[in-house]
Amino acid sequence: MSYFTDGRQARAEQLIAIYPEQRSALIPLCHLVQEQDGYLSEEGMVAVAELCGVTPAEVRGTATFYDMLHTEPVGKYLVGVCTNIACLLAGGLELLEHAEGSLGVRVGATTEDGLFTLEETECLADCNIAPCVQVNHRYVRTTTPEQFDALVSELRDGGRASEIPSHGTLIRTRRDVDLAADPGLVAQERAARRAAVEGQS
Amino acid sequence: MPESTNETVTFTLDGREVVAKKGEAIIAAAERAGTYIPRFCYHPRMEASGNCRMCLVEVEGPRGSTLMPSCFVAAGEGMNVCTNSDKVKKAQDGVLEFLLSNHPLDCPVCDKGGECPLQDQTLLHGPGETRFVEEKRHYEKPIALSELVLLDRERCIQCGRCTRFADEIAGEPLIDFAGRGDRVEVSTFPGEPFSSYYSGNTVQICPVGALTATPYRFAARPWDLDQVESTCTGCATGCRVAVQSSQGRVTRLLGVDTDTVNHGWLCDKGRFAFEGLNADGDDFELSDPRRRITSPMVRTNGELVAVSWSEAISRAASLLGETAPESVGAIGGASLTNEGAFAWTSLLKGVLGTDSVDAQLGDGLDPSLVLGLPRATINEAADACTLIVLSGDLREELPVLFLRLRAGAATKKASIIDLSNGSSCFDKVAAVRLPARPGDAPQVVAALTGDDEAMKVLARHPEGATFDADAIAKARHLVGSDGTGVVVVIGRSSLAEDAAFVEDAALALHQALPKATFLPALRRANVHGALDMGMSPGLAPGRVSMEDAASSLSALWTKKPTSTGRTTLEQLRAMDQGAQRVTVVLGADLGADVPDADLVQRALSSDAAIIAVAGNGSTTVAAAEVVLPAAISHERGGTTTNLEGRVSRLGQKVVAPGDAWEDWMMVTELAHELGTTLPFGSLDDVTNAIAVYAPSHHGLTTSLLASSQASDGVVVPLGTETLHERKAADPMAIPGLASADHIGLGAFTGSITSETPSESNQGASEVAFSQVRLPERRALNAVVPDGYALRLVSGRKLYDLGTAVSASPALAALAAPAVAKVNAYDLDRIGAHSGDRVRLRSQKGTMIIAVESDAHVARGTVAIDFNVGQAGETTNAVLALLDSSVAVVDVRMESLS
Repeated sequence: MSYFTDGRQARAEQLIAIYPEQRSALIPLCHLVQEQDGYLSEEGMVAVAELCGVTPAEVRGTATFYDMLHTEPVGKYLVGVCTNIACLLAGGLELLEHAEGSLGVRVGATTEDGLFTLEETECLADCNIAPCVQVNHRYVRTTTPEQFDALVSELRDGGRASEIPSHGTLIRTRRDVDLAADPGLVAQERAARRAAVEGQS
Repeated sequence: MPESTNETVTFTLDGREVVAKKGEAIIAAAERAGTYIPRFCYHPRMEASGNCRMCLVEVEGPRGSTLMPSCFVAAGEGMNVCTNSDKVKKAQDGVLEFLLSNHPLDCPVCDKGGECPLQDQTLLHGPGETRFVEEKRHYEKPIALSELVLLDRERCIQCGRCTRFADEIAGEPLIDFAGRGDRVEVSTFPGEPFSSYYSGNTVQICPVGALTATPYRFAARPWDLDQVESTCTGCATGCRVAVQSSQGRVTRLLGVDTDTVNHGWLCDKGRFAFEGLNADGDDFELSDPRRRITSPMVRTNGELVAVSWSEAISRAASLLGETAPESVGAIGGASLTNEGAFAWTSLLKGVLGTDSVDAQLGDGLDPSLVLGLPRATINEAADACTLIVLSGDLREELPVLFLRLRAGAATKKASIIDLSNGSSCFDKVAAVRLPARPGDAPQVVAALTGDDEAMKVLARHPEGATFDADAIAKARHLVGSDGTGVVVVIGRSSLAEDAAFVEDAALALHQALPKATFLPALRRANVHGALDMGMSPGLAPGRVSMEDAASSLSALWTKKPTSTGRTTLEQLRAMDQGAQRVTVVLGADLGADVPDADLVQRALSSDAAIIAVAGNGSTTVAAAEVVLPAAISHERGGTTTNLEGRVSRLGQKVVAPGDAWEDWMMVTELAHELGTTLPFGSLDDVTNAIAVYAPSHHGLTTSLLASSQASDGVVVPLGTETLHERKAADPMAIPGLASADHIGLGAFTGSITSETPSESNQGASEVAFSQVRLPERRALNAVVPDGYALRLVSGRKLYDLGTAVSASPALAALAAPAVAKVNAYDLDRIGAHSGDRVRLRSQKGTMIIAVESDAHVARGTVAIDFNVGQAGETTNAVLALLDSSVAVVDVRMESLS
C-alpha cells in the first residue's frame, strides 16, 4: 500500500526517476509528504526512506536540518515574520511581538484552534516591503500591526483561499511533461536551458 | 632533497621537504613524517569530513596563505604548509574555545576524563582559561541510542565520527545528526534504535564522553586501568584487542588497529562478552552457562562433588589409562589456545594412542579441505577483484571479517558473488546473487564455472532456478577463466545440510579456477589452531596427515594411533553404542552446538564416562564423571590462530577464578599420572615445542612471536607474508589505548614510526613439508526436491544461546527469538501470513513456530536460525527438526491459523 494519496505516488516515482541516485529525491519527496499531510509524520518519513533507499534516521536528519520541513504538526497557516536586518530596522521584531499578542501564542507555537503557527524567519527576500510577512510561504505584504490583525481575521473567516493554499503546497502548477524516467531527455533539456541563458547575455 | 615519482608528491612542511602519496591528505602525510596535527573528526580508517576545524594549517596559495583543514586537503606538489605558525595556533585556540563554550566541564564525573582527546588537546593547544561565564546547556541524559550505547548530548562536539562509522564502515546508518547549528544532536529514528553489531565502535572512537557503553559506564577510571594486548577469541577472525582490567576484573575491551586484521574495529559480542568472565561462580546450576567452574569435581554416589586437583587428576587418569585407546575419544578444542590444543593432542594421540579427537562438532568442514586448499589472507580477500561467498552469513558468524570484506564491495572495488540462500549481509553490496538451495551448491558452482547442463538441472526444481541466465552470465564474467584475483569464502551456510555439498563445491571451484584462493570461514574461536595442532581424525600437529607426521615427533609421542579415529558425530554414536567408553569434552557444549539433539541426548545418558574440561557450566558438564576447571579467554596466555592461519599472542589479564588451571598444566599432570613425562614446564615450553614438532609452525618460537614485527601475529607457515613493524597508535583514533598502561603496545610518544617493511627477521625461511592432501571429489547423489516440502536452511546468529552470549547479561538481552522465514510465495501457498504460527514437520520431529515472509529466502526453502530459542525459551529450537544422518532436511509446513 502506498503512503501517498491522490496520485502523489506517481509523482514520487517521477521524482525518483529524474535523479541519477534515488536518494537525491529525498528533499522533494519530503515536500511531497508535507503537501499531503502538512508536516512530516514518522510514517511519512519512513515512506520517504523506503522510496529513497536510505534509513528513516537519515530522512529525519535531513528534515530536521531544513526550516521549511516540519517534523511536528503545524497550523493550517504558517505565519512567518522576518527579523533580519532590513525588517528589523523597519520594525520586524515589534511586528513579531504584536503577532504573538494577537495570536496568543509564542514564536514556534500553534494556536489552540490549530489555525496558526507563528515563526520567526531569516531573510525572505522581499526587503522592499519590510517588515516582511509570509503565510504558507506566500508574501502577504502586511507591514503594520493593523494590517496583520486584519489578515488574521480574514484568514480565520476562510478568506484568501485562492491566494494561500494549505501548508505544505509549494507550487500549484506543476510541470508534468517530459519528467518521465529519461535521463537523456533531462540532460538535453538542461543543456537547452543553459544555451538559452547564454544566448541572452 | 626527496624526489617525487608518479605515485608521490613532494611538499614543504614547516620548512622541510616531505614526500606524500598522491592524493594523501596533509594530516596523514605529516603524521608519517613525524608531525602530529591535532584533530577530532579525522579518523585514519574513515573518509575525512572536515567539520571540526581542529586540524587547520596554513597553506600558501596564489592569494597569500590561508587556513585549510589538513584532513580534507590533499598534499600537492610544491605546496608550502605550515603547522605551527601563530596564525595556526590562534585558529586552534579559537576552535577549542568554541568547542568548549558548549561543552560541560564535568570531566571529574565523565568516563572519558583522563583519556579524552578534547581534554588532552585543550591542554596542548587550548586557550588555558575560559571567557565563557554564561550558563551551559543542559539536556536530559543519558539518551539510549540502543541497549548498549548511551548518549550524553551536551558533551557531543558534533565531529560525526559515530554517524560516519555507522554509514561508511558498518553500512547501517541508523544514527544521524538531527537539527542544525548548535542544536545538532546524534539521534536515532523513533522506534528504530541503533541496534548494530558494531555499535561499540562508536563508543571507542568518540573523542569526548558523549557516547558510553552500558557495561563500562561508571565502571572504572582510566588511570586505574591496567592493560594487556591480546587477541579476541570470540570468533575465528582474531581481532587484536587491548584488554583492560580494574581490581582484578576485566572492565573493557578496545580494538587495536592492525592493518592485517581488524583495522581497530570489534563487534559488540567480542567487545562485551567479557562480562561472562566476571559472572559469580556458584550462584547458578552446573548446566547454566553463567556458572563458572571454579574447582575440580568428581562424581561420587551420583553427585558431582568438589575435590582437590590431585584427586580429580588421578580419577581422570585412571579412566583414561584403564581404557583401550580405541575406546577413548575427545570432542571439542576450538576454545583452547594453540598450546592447550597441542598439549591435549600430545596426550590423546601421543600418550594414549587414540586418534578419535575432533575439534569440530559436526558443524564444520573436512579438515583436509580446510588445510589443503590454497589459503588467502584477510587482506587478500578484502583486496580481491571478485569474492565468491559460499558460507554462512558472515555478519552473524565472523562480524569483523564482514566489515573488511564489505569495504571493498561498498567502494565498488570488489565484486561479490553471493551464493547464500536467505537474507545475507551482502544483500546491499553484492554484484550478483546466485542463491543455492540446500544440496544445490555443487550445481550452482558448476553453472558458475561454465557448465550449461547444470543450469538446466537447477531449472528442473519444482519452483524453478533461483537466478536467471543474465545473473550467471554476469557472474561468469566476474570470475574470469583461471580465477586470478578471485577469493572464495567457504563455510557452512546451513547446519541442516550435509557438509559434503559445500566441500564438493569448493573442490570444483579449485579445479575450475586453479588460481583462486580460499578463506575457510569456520567460525569457532581457535578451531583453525586446533586443526593445525592435529585435533581431527587422521591429522598430526602441523597441517600434516598422521602418515606424514614428523619423524621427530617420536621424541615427544610414546605412542602413535594405528587407525583413523572417529569424528564428533561418530564418537557420539560410539558412546551410544558402547564402543567409546571415555570421552574428554574440551570446552564444548554438546547440547547446544551439535546439530543432532537426539544423538547428544543418547550419548550423554549412556554409560560412557565424560571428562569435561570447562570454564562455564553446560549440560555436558552436568553429565560428566570428572570436571576439570579451565582458565578461559583473558585468564590465560599462549597463542591463537585465526581463519587465515595467523598465529597471534594472547595476553593474560586476570587470574582465573578459584582453582582453574590452564590446559597445558592439567595435561602435563595427567600425563605424569599416566607415567609419561611431557617436557612442558611452562607455557613457553609448549609454544616452542610447537615450533619444533609442527611442520607448519616451524620456527615460530616465542622470541619471534614477541618481536615487534610480530605484534599483529604471523601467518604460518613462515614466509607466507612479509612482516611489518606496526605503526604507532594514533591516540586520537582510539582514545583510551594510549592513556592506559602500555603493556605490549608502543607508548605514544608523539613521533610516528614509518611503516616500511623491515628486511631483517623475516623468520626462518619457508620450510618444505607435505601439507595435508586435498580430499578426492566424491560423486554426490543429487537430492530430488519434494514439491510438497520446504528444504530447511539453518544458519548462525551472532547473539544465540551459546555460552559467550548467555553468560553476558548485556548481550543475552539482545538475542532475538527464533522464527521461520519463508518466501512470500510459499507463505501464500499454505495460506499463512507473516506473524502466524505454523507447524513444521521433518522426518525427525515437529515444532510450532512463528513464520515471517522474507523475499531473500528462495522459493521451496525455509530458514530457521541455529541455536536460537523460541520466545522465552533457552533451548536450540531448530534441533527438533535436524537429523545428522540425512543429507538435507525436508520439512512440511502447515498453517495453524
